[in-house]
Amino acid sequence: MSALLQVRDLRMHFPLGGLGALLSRLRGEPERVVRAIDSVSFDVQQGETLALVGESGCGKSTVARCLLRLLDPSGGSMRFGDVDIGALDGKAVRHLRRDIQMVFQDPTASLNPRLRVRSMVEEPLMLHTDLSSADRRKRALEVLEEVGLGADLAERYPHELSGGQRQRANIARAVATNPRFVVLDEPTSALDVSLRSRAILLLESLREKHGMSYLFISHDLATVKYLAKRVAVMYLGVIVETGETHELFTKPLHPYTRALMAAVPVPDPDAKRDSFVLAGEIPSPIERHTGCRLRGRCPLAKPVCAEPVPLREVAPGRQVACHMV
Amino acid sequence: MSSAAPNIASKPAQRSLVWRRIRRNPLSFGALCVIVLIILAAIFAPIVAPYDPDLPDAMTAFESVSWAHPLGTDMYGRDQLSRIIYAARVDLTVAFAATALAVAVGAVFGAMVGYAGGWVDNVAMRVVDAVMAFPAFVLAMGITAALGNSTVNVALAISITQVPAYLRLIRGEMLRIREMEYADAARTVGNPPWRIVFIHLLPNCLPPLIVQATLAMGFALLTMAALSFIGLGIKPPQAEWGVMTAEGAAQIVTGEWWLFLFPGLAIMITVLAFNLVGDGLRDFLDPRMRGIR
Amino acid sequence: MSDLLEVSDLTVHFQSDAGAIEAVDHINFTIRRGEVVGLVGESGSGKSVSSFAVLRLIRRPGEVKSGSIRFDGVDLATLTEEEMRRIRGAKISMISQSPRTALNPVIPVGKQISRLFQVHEGVSGRAAEKRMLEMLDLVRIPDPKRRAAQYAHQLSGGMCQRIMIAMALATSPQLLIADEPTTGLDVSIAARILDLLRELGSKTGAAILLITHDLGVVAEICDRVVVMHAGQVVESAPVRDIFRNPAHPYTRALVGSIPRVDRDVTMMPIPGSVPSLLNPPPGCRYASRCDHVTEECRITRPSLVLRATDHAVACHHAEDLQAKGVAA
Repeated sequence: MSALLQVRDLRMHFPLGGLGALLSRLRGEPERVVRAIDSVSFDVQQGETLALVGESGCGKSTVARCLLRLLDPSGGSMRFGDVDIGALDGKAVRHLRRDIQMVFQDPTASLNPRLRVRSMVEEPLMLHTDLSSADRRKRALEVLEEVGLGADLAERYPHELSGGQRQRANIARAVATNPRFVVLDEPTSALDVSLRSRAILLLESLREKHGMSYLFISHDLATVKYLAKRVAVMYLGVIVETGETHELFTKPLHPYTRALMAAVPVPDPDAKRDSFVLAGEIPSPIERHTGCRLRGRCPLAKPVCAEPVPLREVAPGRQVACHMV
Repeated sequence: MSSAAPNIASKPAQRSLVWRRIRRNPLSFGALCVIVLIILAAIFAPIVAPYDPDLPDAMTAFESVSWAHPLGTDMYGRDQLSRIIYAARVDLTVAFAATALAVAVGAVFGAMVGYAGGWVDNVAMRVVDAVMAFPAFVLAMGITAALGNSTVNVALAISITQVPAYLRLIRGEMLRIREMEYADAARTVGNPPWRIVFIHLLPNCLPPLIVQATLAMGFALLTMAALSFIGLGIKPPQAEWGVMTAEGAAQIVTGEWWLFLFPGLAIMITVLAFNLVGDGLRDFLDPRMRGIR
Repeated sequence: MSDLLEVSDLTVHFQSDAGAIEAVDHINFTIRRGEVVGLVGESGSGKSVSSFAVLRLIRRPGEVKSGSIRFDGVDLATLTEEEMRRIRGAKISMISQSPRTALNPVIPVGKQISRLFQVHEGVSGRAAEKRMLEMLDLVRIPDPKRRAAQYAHQLSGGMCQRIMIAMALATSPQLLIADEPTTGLDVSIAARILDLLRELGSKTGAAILLITHDLGVVAEICDRVVVMHAGQVVESAPVRDIFRNPAHPYTRALVGSIPRVDRDVTMMPIPGSVPSLLNPPPGCRYASRCDHVTEECRITRPSLVLRATDHAVACHHAEDLQAKGVAA
């Protein structure tokens, strides 16, 4: 069975503006671009959750925005079922949003401060379904009940809710039309650690109940572990490792994945930490990279790392982009 | 990052909360009362005014302040108090209409231009710059001189001079807001652009607009009175504060001080009241001053 | 040796139109010299407010209603504002989240540090610059001379946080308050900042008050932990005891609610939500969320009582629950 979402060779380049860029162009240098995503390919199967993991500048949020067509990608293809997302015009894109939705990161900034929560959840129903006003209201209240926001909370404005409640309102809005696919853009990052479990359990139960599929974007490895079946690790615009969650977490292959796992704070004062550390900081995505992007920071780097490194399948379902593996 | 239950008072307590906040600014509240009084006086002019404003009475011409005529009479023996009360109708209506029209046009175009961005924004801003290069009053003078001075034309002239300011204000707000995550969310949910602009974003630009409009009412009033003063606005025998002040100014030399003082005071008090209400409104609408919600 | 910081019976209220918000309610905790103490709690639990109270930075509509704060033996309430200013930034310094916004955007970062030396120690420009470069070395900023000339917006989040730490430690404070220093930073950067804090703490002998909602961060570098809930201290213990032997039901629930990479346990969200601080319930503020609540809990507020060495709990039933061996 073909995957629900197929992304092939996705690219997103932002040309740099400003006087400096203009001058360097006049000097005959090639155009300077920010390569936010530089050839990314992945599949999401029906009913599964794929996690896209990485730190700032890796391009994961850009992938989300391309999928929702909030940005137009510079290249590559995105297929949802048999629909080519990139080829749709404005009206068709809006139509598609009945089936593909997004939960945003900042629960406060993503809610219109002037709309009551119930109205906010009714809106997608109004735009995408033919339900009558009374039916919309009923359905909105149902969805809000499902996420744990009862009738009295439904009538409130966002500033009258706590952070956790706002995020649940966000989730309710995304699932109101029963979409087939939801992109979760760091849905728990703005919540206190103790609240994340509630949000994750809610997301998982909703997914099971409504048969949705998720693309879960996060830098929080602990929540990824609970929610995702498969994980793809991104660094500076490319995918460096993919695999089934449990396997990838217990035996990370790519040096970047190893460093990431080693850095996660563990609530156990006696835990032994894998002291795999990368030197320096994440470089700017403007610089051109031939070969492995981790080269300047990796303790395992050898001269061969200057060669282009493709994402290879090293075991069934396991891909790594590293010369040393 | 917050998880704690927000500290909200119950609904009836919230109403008293609002009341308490209003009372915190006694000056603005007082000004608001004054405006309300003036508006009521204007609406109920036939009842409130002791005399017919247009009724001449040669016997009582040029009478100073007295019990029969608290604000004196003019050269035709018309009671000043009644004229000032009736004039409020014209002044307030024109000021309000001009401001409302300017707000409507400015906000709508500002929102569209701000959201569209790109060359549309550039062109619009250059047009706005061109219009704003004229001193507002000179522009208003020019328009009424060209169109003739009926009440409608005066309102139109004042309105045109105010549109650029609102357009720029809303366009600026729109530039800020369209990058916010709830604008993205509105797009993601599937809203067509017109809904995003007018139903989601524009209402969130309103607070600064309301404050600006309230303050600008005073300015509109001043412009109108000034236009009438120099003869390019409302023409006599229509009772209007600016006209009355002009006529009164001609009489200073002969000593009838009450003819220009009281209409002038009327203008001054009303404009001041609008400014104070505008200031108070700004404080009232500022979410940081809101205390707990 | 006396404790470095002794907070006793501290209460802070915030006046609002709807009434008084009891943000911090009669809390007690201490910090010993050179110790790293974690102040843990959900948002709204009063941890940041407590730290502002220590620095005497509570302003209207906030008001310190009761309590004393003794720093190095001196009751801070007895000091004049001038004397307090000499303590802030010098003996007690603070770093917080969003380091980039805490830095002055129009002054090169090096200058912001060297100015501290000029103001607090009266050294000249040259000497101050030398000390500043030493500080940048201390916080492991590569290529310090070049970085010192840059502005905040040219530096990454991690770098900015290092600059903040350099500024905070420049005056060799006895206490460094770190308010959510790693929130908003990438995972790997955050790990390095925590390592840096721990290392600098032991190197300079400064005590650190680390304020956070993340127990993982606490386990990394803290010696002792103080747990707050709804403006009250519910438990205070050495870090191992907090994780191995949590006595208060809230601490237990907190530990159990965290998603973990290292173990395959099902996490359990904490039931209910933090009660409103506007008209807080009279008894234990955790009563509405607690599985073991009794009538006594709702009426009488439990006080913080020492139950084992260095382990204090504010719960009426702490002993019974431990005796019964109730699972965490």
